Order: sequence, then C-alpha cells, then structure tokens
Amino acid sequence: MSAPVIEVRGVAKAFGGVVANHDVSLSVADGSITGLIGPNGSGKTTLFNSIVGQHPIDAGSIRFLGQEISRLNVQQIARLGMLRTFQQTRVFSKMDCVRNLLISLPHRDSEWKDMFRRYPAEVMERADGLLEFVGLYSKRMQIAGSLSFGQQKLLEFAMALMNQPRVLLLDEPTAGINPTLINGLIDRLKRANAEFGITLFVIEHNMRVIMNLASHIYCMSHGELLADGPPASIQDDQRVIDAYLGAH
Amino acid sequence: MSLRLGLTPRSLTGHLLLLAAGVAAPFLFPGHTIQLAVFWVFVLFALTWDIMGGQMGYNSLGNILFFGLGMYVCAVAQIAIVYDVAQYTAASGAVRVDFSPKEYYQGLALGVVLAALVPVVFAVVLSWILFGLRGPYYAIGTLGVAIAAAELTNSWNYVGGGMGIAMPVFPGGPGMRERFFYAACMAATILCYLFLRWLYRTRFSLAINAIRDDEDKAEALGLHTSRYKMVAWSVSAFFLGIAGALFGNMTGFIEPMETAFPTLTFGIFMVAMTLLGGKGTLWGPVIGSTLFYALRELTWTYLLGWQYIALGVLIIVNVVYFQQGIVGWLRQRRPQWFAPHAETPADKRLETGGKA
Repeated sequence: MSAPVIEVRGVAKAFGGVVANHDVSLSVADGSITGLIGPNGSGKTTLFNSIVGQHPIDAGSIRFLGQEISRLNVQQIARLGMLRTFQQTRVFSKMDCVRNLLISLPHRDSEWKDMFRRYPAEVMERADGLLEFVGLYSKRMQIAGSLSFGQQKLLEFAMALMNQPRVLLLDEPTAGINPTLINGLIDRLKRANAEFGITLFVIEHNMRVIMNLASHIYCMSHGELLADGPPASIQDDQRVIDAYLGAH
Repeated sequence: MSLRLGLTPRSLTGHLLLLAAGVAAPFLFPGHTIQLAVFWVFVLFALTWDIMGGQMGYNSLGNILFFGLGMYVCAVAQIAIVYDVAQYTAASGAVRVDFSPKEYYQGLALGVVLAALVPVVFAVVLSWILFGLRGPYYAIGTLGVAIAAAELTNSWNYVGGGMGIAMPVFPGGPGMRERFFYAACMAATILCYLFLRWLYRTRFSLAINAIRDDEDKAEALGLHTSRYKMVAWSVSAFFLGIAGALFGNMTGFIEPMETAFPTLTFGIFMVAMTLLGGKGTLWGPVIGSTLFYALRELTWTYLLGWQYIALGVLIIVNVVYFQQGIVGWLRQRRPQWFAPHAETPADKRLETGGKA
C-alpha cells in the first residue's frame, strides 16, 4: 500500500449534543479508490464535510499529503487539490454546461489579473472533451438547470475532473441515477482513477457499486468507525451486517 | 477592439446610430438637456446595480451610498483647492465665492477622479464587513449603510450638514452648462457600458454568475469568491462615484437626504429599472432604464400626485408577473441570440437552446 493522501486521526465533531463523529481515524491510499459505507445518519457526510473544511472539527487531525488541513477553509483545501461533490448535486443551474466546466478550471495558481482573462482554445477543447467523456456533449449548450438529475450528476462529475484534483470525494455518486446508467458511471469513475490518476474516496449506499469499485472499504455506524478491510471481508463482517439490519 | 468587445459590423452600426441619437438629443430638445442628462445617469444606475444584483445575485439596496459619496468627495475637492471648506459651508451660500474658469475645471477634474476612487476604497472596506451576509440580510445590511451615511452627512457641519453645499458656479453661459454636463453624463455612461461589455466577456463574468447560482459550490471548487465580490462592488462604486460627482455639479446644490443619498427614490429606481429590463444581462438595464425613465416622465407630467402609486403598480406587476424582465423574456424566446462569445466556432453554436 502506498503512502496515504488523506490521513484522519481521532476526529470528533458534535452538533450541540449530537455526536456526529467520535474518534474517527482512517487513511486513503494514494491512487486508490476507497469506499465509505454505513447506515443513514452514521456520520459519513459529516466526516466528508470535516475533511474538506466545511466546518471546524472539535478534536483530532486531518492531513492531506502530509500537510495539516484541519484549520483551512473550503477554498484553500480545494486549491490544494482536494475536491468534493455534493450528495444533493450542485451545479450552476442558470449557466450552460460548457460554462459550468470553464468556471471549474483549477484556481490553484490564479492571480488577480487572471480574472480579466478569457479562456484559451485548448481550455474550451478540454471542456468539450470532458463533456464527451461523461456523455453530455450533445447537451453542451443547454442550461444546467434544465438537465435531468442524473445528467446533473454527470455534469458535476465532469466539473470535478475539469478541476484536475489530486483527490475527489464523492458523496453518493450513483444515488438517483437510472440503474442502467450506473454501470457506465462505475466505468467512468474507474477510468478517472486509472487514466487521470485521481484518488477517489466514495460514500455509497449501493453495495453492488461499492463492492465493485473500491479496493478498501470503511464502515461507519453511530458516528464511529465500525470496520474496515477489502470488499470481500467487509461483506461478510457480522458487525457490518448487524449495523445495517439494526441488530445493535 | 471590436473583437474584444464582441462588436460585429451589424451591432457596431446599431451602437453608432444610438450614439448619434445621443449626440443629437440636446440639440433637438434644447429645453430638456438636464432631464436628458438625468436619463444617462439612470442608465448608469441600472448598469452598475446589475453587476451585483443581476450577474452576482447580491441585491444591494445601498448602492446609492457610492453616488452620494462621489458627490460629496467631488464637492469638497472642488472647494478645497481654492477655499477653506468649513468656512465655505458655514456661509451656506450667503457668501458669494468666485471660481475662475481654470480653478473650476481643475477642481472638477480632481473632484471627479477622487469621486471615482474614494467610493472604491469604501467598497473594498465594506465588502470585508458585508459580504459575510447573504440574501435578504445583505440587502438590509447595505440599506442600513446607505441610510447611516445620509444621517451622518446630515449632521456633519464640515460638509454643510443638512444645509447642504452650494456648488461652485459653472463658468460658461447657461446653455453651455447644460450641454457640458449632458456630454459628461453621457460619456460616463458609455464608458461604463463599454467597460462592462468587455468585463462580461472575461472569466470574471463566469465567476460572478457562478456565485449567483451557487456560492457554496463555487467555494467548493476553490474560487476566490471574496476577491470577485470585492471587485464587482468596486466597479459599481467607481462608476456611481463619477455619476454622483457630475450629478451634484449639474444640480448646483447638494444636500444629503434628497440629492446625495436618496435611498427611496434613486436607490430603489436602480433596482426597479434593472428588474424591468431583465437582470443579469447587459442590455436589460439599458432597456429597463429607458422605459422606466419614459414612464416616470409621463406619470410626473400626466399623473402628478399619483406618480409614486403608478410606479409602485409598475414594480408590483413587474415583480409578480414578469420577473424575467424584457431581455430575460427575449432570452427565453430567442436563445440563439444569446449564444456564447466568439471563442466558440460558429459550427458548434447551440442548436438546442437555452432555458427549459
């Protein structure tokens, strides 16, 4: 196993009296596809939000490529190369697909004067290429808000790729997608991982998808880490089965 | 130049025709030169309001602050290069003070430059404080700042307080004065239009549109959102400051409540005009302000006493039944007129169209 890109150590987060995360420690290996599963309300999205800097954490440490990031804000972490997609799918709904991709260009090195520049032809081509990759090229001039939910998910995924992140955190990428399209999406996620070298950290409820996709899976329950291991061992882990079936 | 501004030969002709109409107007209607100058100021109001309210989704109700600020900064600069400001304002117009033509024009030039720059400084400082607020909270916050500015100016004797300032008298003849300020207001508005036309073709435009659609998502992508918001407000402040400086000199007498910081008239007009024409477009504010100006003149002439009720009805109908405005409605009907810029090769232009 290669060095971890994300290293979470003893992270805790409570909202008032509700403990969403308690002493969570995990690591995501560079270049891997790592899964995060658990019943509803087990604290998966809270952990994602903590990692990307959406809210401050109460205790613990989060490192990205060895750098402590638990005190940085969302924009700073995104510019370091760690991006997330949203469970509810968020695209710029009044802009067309091409513009959605153009604005997703990495902002790592953008300087003040860059805001007054225009987009060079190769950037436009890359945007078209990525729309082709997710199968939305024919809809490239459509307003994003007019796309179906599944298409918006694909657009959001293309936007994330346009940003050329080192790590991509995906919150339920297949939720709400037509079952026949899920295989295509799994294929694209794997290709993004293999061809673009993007490490993926995926929250997923669809067991078939996550078992097929991830090489290592963490399972959370009641805000704590319950088990982790390769898909085969997670599938047979009695604690995981109990957590999902409520035999707690 | 024409490429950077996206002017095709056809649209260039259209622009030149409008320019010719603008130049001819004060000669065709010499008795209405000041009203026509006010029309240009209205267009500038709507254009600058739309940067934030339309393109970026931040509905500022306090942009009039920069207008009044520019007006006062210019007045003080004009007076200060010749007289002691406190002495001048204490006399409140009772003392006749003379400015030589040279002093007047030098003062005006300096005043306009400062009137553009000081509001930008204010916009930068205020954006640190106010951009933590979103939605209606931002609207109310900006409104509060504008009202506070009016009240503070009202009780600040150095700038004349509620008594106001009698502006230096224009050195030319009476007809000259109107034409001079008409030309200045028109030039400022055209400059603002051309600047925005260029600005809306850069990455800046996409960024502020992204902030309008989903600011959290923009942050999640790593956009320097506060940078863009600060620049957007500064651009508004820059042109509103110039407009204030010119308007104050054109009026000849300035005071805080009705002339410099009229939140309830000009401050609301800029919002109403933009909504009428269609927010988030370049031509929406121009068309909206033209129509609004015409309606305002008509109601002031034929419905005097009822003019605010008529305008109120217009705003209500606009907001309830016609939210997209004139240009917004056109964009729904004819999406191909609003295809993206020239970077896209013509053969790839949209076939499928805009909004659902």
